[in-house]
Amino acid sequence: MSDFESTNLFEQQDANRRRTRWLVVAFIAFFGWLGFGGDWILYELTRDAPPNAYRHVFPWAGIALTVFAGLLAAYAWKTGPNKVLWSAGAREIETASGDSETRLVNVVEEMAIASGLPRPRIWLIPDPDPNAFATGLDAEHAHIAVTDGLLAMCSRDELQAVIAHEMGHVKNLDVRLMTFLAALVGAVALMSDGVGRMLRGGARFGALTGGRSRGKRDNLGPLVVVLIAVWLLSWLIAPFVTRLLALGVSRKREFLADAMSAQFTRNPLALASALEKIEHAEAPTMSIKRGSAHLCIADPLGRKASLREGTLADIFGTHPPMAIRVARLKAMGYQEAKALSASA
Amino acid sequence: MGFIALLVVLALLVFWLIGAYNKLIGLKNQVANAWKQIDVQLKRRHDLIPNLVNTVKGAMQFERETLEAVVSARNKAIQVQQAPGTSVGQTAAAESQLTGALGRLLAVVESYPDLKATGNVAQLQEELTSTENKIAFARQLYNDTATQYNTKQQQFPTNLVAGMAGAAPAELWEITDQAERAVPNVDLSFGTPPRAAT
Repeated sequence: MSDFESTNLFEQQDANRRRTRWLVVAFIAFFGWLGFGGDWILYELTRDAPPNAYRHVFPWAGIALTVFAGLLAAYAWKTGPNKVLWSAGAREIETASGDSETRLVNVVEEMAIASGLPRPRIWLIPDPDPNAFATGLDAEHAHIAVTDGLLAMCSRDELQAVIAHEMGHVKNLDVRLMTFLAALVGAVALMSDGVGRMLRGGARFGALTGGRSRGKRDNLGPLVVVLIAVWLLSWLIAPFVTRLLALGVSRKREFLADAMSAQFTRNPLALASALEKIEHAEAPTMSIKRGSAHLCIADPLGRKASLREGTLADIFGTHPPMAIRVARLKAMGYQEAKALSASA
Repeated sequence: MGFIALLVVLALLVFWLIGAYNKLIGLKNQVANAWKQIDVQLKRRHDLIPNLVNTVKGAMQFERETLEAVVSARNKAIQVQQAPGTSVGQTAAAESQLTGALGRLLAVVESYPDLKATGNVAQLQEELTSTENKIAFARQLYNDTATQYNTKQQQFPTNLVAGMAGAAPAELWEITDQAERAVPNVDLSFGTPPRAAT
């Protein structure tokens, strides 16, 4: 793993940004192929059609899929943040009452200053399991929610580190990115279902009319045959592939937010110890639903995948394995201590 | 053909120029804004101190010197903050005095368990901790932004536009307290430049 060599927090941030960029490019390229690939095939099929017959020159399929995904994204952007908070049963802290709430508000204000962002709105979730998440599409409309359990369990420094991680998500516009990707995944999943149905219908149709279309099919060039095969296969695996790519992006953003937390607090070890505490709290966070898992500081479902390193955890988790996150944070802390002692 | 190529190169140059200029101006404003954040937090700190002093005064008859040190450091810090044209270094020095005095006061408060137990003092302590943190984080943001701005000014080829954008190195907030840091003072500002945030 080359990640471990670049332990400086700014290098880690850059590395994770680069990796996200490539994943997002791959995601969009695959999505484009699913839509506009179909247009290409239709174009090749109708290219030699007689002058008055239909020719597919305008890429309807690709545009339709893009518009569909766009509508889904717009809907998710509009309703997402409020829905997440509502479904978690969060209560907004408008005026802090009690020591722990005052401390939370102060810590959020401190981290807003450290990140140079406006103070987000603060919400409390009545759940004894420690967890936290951020939502809202931009820094001006950001929300940070924490559970009662987190307030009870963490020291001031640890709470600060967790809030800094969430402010990192806010600063990186991760909610916007993940909502966008989730909309693309949803569009592909719905359409793939439709394409699958069409294929089954088409096979029946082909069996009925097979005799007559035989002569025409012989004229298909090898390019078109390969294109059709690859395109159909792409649609078959699309729901799976898009989800994996989205999860890949999610994990990179978690690493990035960890490194942002280290930048804001200059205390990566506090986040490491907070993560260890959160990991050792056994119960899953009941109030946070599966759909918003990627927004949290730690996987709220407590799935085993985040516990250990391994191929399965590498592919299917919304969060990277906890052990790796903690190891990287400790490496950052070590670098910092080394830099300090070198300059003294 | 040659003429078109020349035009393209010129257009690219103009685009780069605009980009580099705007980047510098953007950073300059960010530095100014970061400085304002520090100012806000310093004011909070100064406002908080009389409250703290009044609360602990009664119980701390024997620590008059410590209390007086805090009050005088605060008054001096306010003077420095309100004086026009103060440099970052002067503010840093005055505030560092205040940090030291406050630290001693809090250490003394620790040795009065009865005092600490009263709710008011516990609340004040949280407020003070938070304010101190806010100052530290605002300072961190200011130093990070200022360093970014200074680096950009010196980097080739942006340094060619630096004069045009009126960019001058921003002075960093150095920690002058000997206890906080024991390294020689590295002046990154080359001489006595104006404070960036004006």
